[in-house]
Amino acid sequence: MASSEVARQLQNDNCRPLSLSGHVGFDSLPDQLVNKSINQGFCFNILCIGETGIGKSTLIDTLFNTSFDDRVSTHFQPNVRLRAQTYELQESNVRLKLTIVNTVGFGDQINKEDSYQPIVDYIDAQFEAYLQEELKIKRSLYNYHDTRIHVCLYFISPTGHSLKTLDLLTMKNLDSKVNIIPVIAKADTISKTELQKFKIKLMSELVSNGVQIYQFPTDDETISKINATMNGHLPFAVVGSMEEMKVGNKMVKARQYPWGIVQVENENHCDFVKLREMLICTNMEDLREQTHARHYELYRRCKLEEMGFRDTGPENKPVSLQETYEAKRHEFFGELQRKEEEMRQMFVQRVKEKEAILKEAERELQAKFEHLKRLHQEERMKLEEKRKLLEDDMIAFNKRKAATELLQAQAFASTPSVSLKKDKDRKKDPGFRLELLCFDVRDHEIVSVQEQSEREKLERDRISHREFQK
Amino acid sequence: MFKGSADNKIEAAMSELVPEPRQKPAVPMKPVGINSNLLGYIGIDTIIEQMRKKTMKTGFDFNIMVVGQSGLGKSTLVNTLFKSQVSRKSSGWNREEKIPKTVEIKAIGHVIEEGGVKMKLTVIDTPGFGDQINNENCWEPIEKYINEQYEKFLKEEVNIARKKRIPDTRVHCCLYFISPTGHSLRPLDLEFMKHLSKVVNIIPVIAKADTMTLEEKTEFKQRVRKELEVNGIEFYPQKEFDEDLEDKTENDKIRQESMPFAVVGSDKEYQVNGKRILGRKTPWGVIEVENLNHCEFALLRDFVIRTHLQDLKEVTHNIHYETYRAKRLNDNGGLPPVTTETEENHESNL
Repeated sequence: MASSEVARQLQNDNCRPLSLSGHVGFDSLPDQLVNKSINQGFCFNILCIGETGIGKSTLIDTLFNTSFDDRVSTHFQPNVRLRAQTYELQESNVRLKLTIVNTVGFGDQINKEDSYQPIVDYIDAQFEAYLQEELKIKRSLYNYHDTRIHVCLYFISPTGHSLKTLDLLTMKNLDSKVNIIPVIAKADTISKTELQKFKIKLMSELVSNGVQIYQFPTDDETISKINATMNGHLPFAVVGSMEEMKVGNKMVKARQYPWGIVQVENENHCDFVKLREMLICTNMEDLREQTHARHYELYRRCKLEEMGFRDTGPENKPVSLQETYEAKRHEFFGELQRKEEEMRQMFVQRVKEKEAILKEAERELQAKFEHLKRLHQEERMKLEEKRKLLEDDMIAFNKRKAATELLQAQAFASTPSVSLKKDKDRKKDPGFRLELLCFDVRDHEIVSVQEQSEREKLERDRISHREFQK
Repeated sequence: MFKGSADNKIEAAMSELVPEPRQKPAVPMKPVGINSNLLGYIGIDTIIEQMRKKTMKTGFDFNIMVVGQSGLGKSTLVNTLFKSQVSRKSSGWNREEKIPKTVEIKAIGHVIEEGGVKMKLTVIDTPGFGDQINNENCWEPIEKYINEQYEKFLKEEVNIARKKRIPDTRVHCCLYFISPTGHSLRPLDLEFMKHLSKVVNIIPVIAKADTMTLEEKTEFKQRVRKELEVNGIEFYPQKEFDEDLEDKTENDKIRQESMPFAVVGSDKEYQVNGKRILGRKTPWGVIEVENLNHCEFALLRDFVIRTHLQDLKEVTHNIHYETYRAKRLNDNGGLPPVTTETEENHESNL
């Protein structure tokens, strides 16, 4: 039962085959492995692509025998979106995390050029997430909830003619990223003969356009025969229904028409059973493996090559990822340092400019201050002159006053009251002199107040200028 | 076949995705349990069969290393474990053969098949361990070898175009042979196990257990266990990797009662009570290797091969290899994640 290919490969590694002389017990190894997998649970992700109303949700419900979702979508979506839902199913001791991704609004737009793009992006994003996890330093791959799409059910409209352009375009863009299984939806609208012709037409169109759909594997002897037959029945013509009807003495899932009842699980009526058999019972593990080993590896290779990593260097010597990374890192650091230098230079320059400006300002202020000081000096001198003049006037006036008083005194020389008068007059004089003094002081005050305010203003300017410089 | 009643309602958890082209769509969250509503057999559990078939086709790798001073019966034990002439014993070393100056690492691969399961078994022998006068750092070549295997695997994994199945040469299990002195562990034993329990699964084994009586055996085992605990040596099955309660209780029992296994190896058959069994013949009786009353070989065999083989491989892959990888990538600044190269570099810069 063990394949000879393994034996050949192992023998190539210089291992000698040994014969056991008794029961060792490692034949329980597959069981140990399976037990571990059961404990961890399985993941399976299905992507359903098809026009609105073609029966995607109904088919999934029928496949898994459950009502997953009741929402009916409208035909008026502006662009294609994807809706993903995850469910946990359990059967005997097997836990399955099933994710169903539906396209919403596919084929409804007037301009369908970009319809496939969101789908491609979604699939790439799942690969990307896995790649990111794999490239992490601290990673936990065995705990990772795998969201990569394992199979894509493509729903073809039962026109009976051929593939629509949109279908062809979408499938062409997806065939290298995901396992595609095309199904003919609502197969109860086509008669048997038309169906046969339709299937042949579809397959020939797919082949002639180079679309690679998923082929059931035929390398394992136990399932190769059945897989090969099934490969001949592609695309499966399916009918979905969750309503049960009494046919004969059993309750079966069926669709009731005035002219008869279409039974979902009747192989004569549609290929539903074949689809379920192939998808779930026989090839689920292979679908998962193909996704990981082929589609994901292709994505990873392309992505890493895009980033500039190669397996062989310029002289065709094997270069490890490490070396390439080191080289890139050096390059990057060089770049980083250069940018830092640039920024530093720019900063220094700006600072210099600012300093120059500030110095200018300071010089201007200084000049102004000097100018003001000079003005102030001049004014002061003027005032001094004026004061001198005034004083001279005062002295002159006093002299004249003294002279007139003398004359007056001489005139009243007989009366001694004159001297008293003189005294009184003299006493009056300080009053006058006081007045003058007051005038003087006031004058001085006025001058000094002006000076003071100007001085303060200059000080303020100077201080703020200094702060600015800081 | 299926559990639960059919009356429970389902709450579907939705995560809507934004239509803008280059935006990363949300990962579907919050799975909903629906074991309640399966109204008929679907066939999900056939995945077990599919998986089993797949693994049988690809075959298994298993690499076991034996470490211990010469003459402790390493080769015999491996032969007994796998019931074939896996190692060629050096039956008393000839005077012409020199003792190896340093520890040599010899890996010999075999292909064995049983019940349709093909296994590539590699036995890694370490002649020269502990045999010199000065045994300082004699574990270093062994540690180097183990790390080299991790390195090989890492290189393969990191390639752009990878092989479908990376050849696994990493050491899954290391049997360390303890000399049955009856007293306690030797300093060399402690040093070796301290250094290597962090990189590989170590299973300590008391060799040539037929030199001890039952009481001596139990006492010795207790002392050894105590010493290992005092020195902080985590041998397989490590406490921290017990996944659930079931594992824990099972492993606790093994850890606290059976380990280290006191074994006797033999590849000669003798007639006892009309049956041919493996054993050692002595003037005072025949020691039956597979008799649980005589020695614990059967326990070791069941433990390593029949119940924990896959677990040994998984712990090596998920824990020891990941530790090595993380350390290695950290030392070199790490492989860049696919988009945020600048951030990562900045971090490592700081």
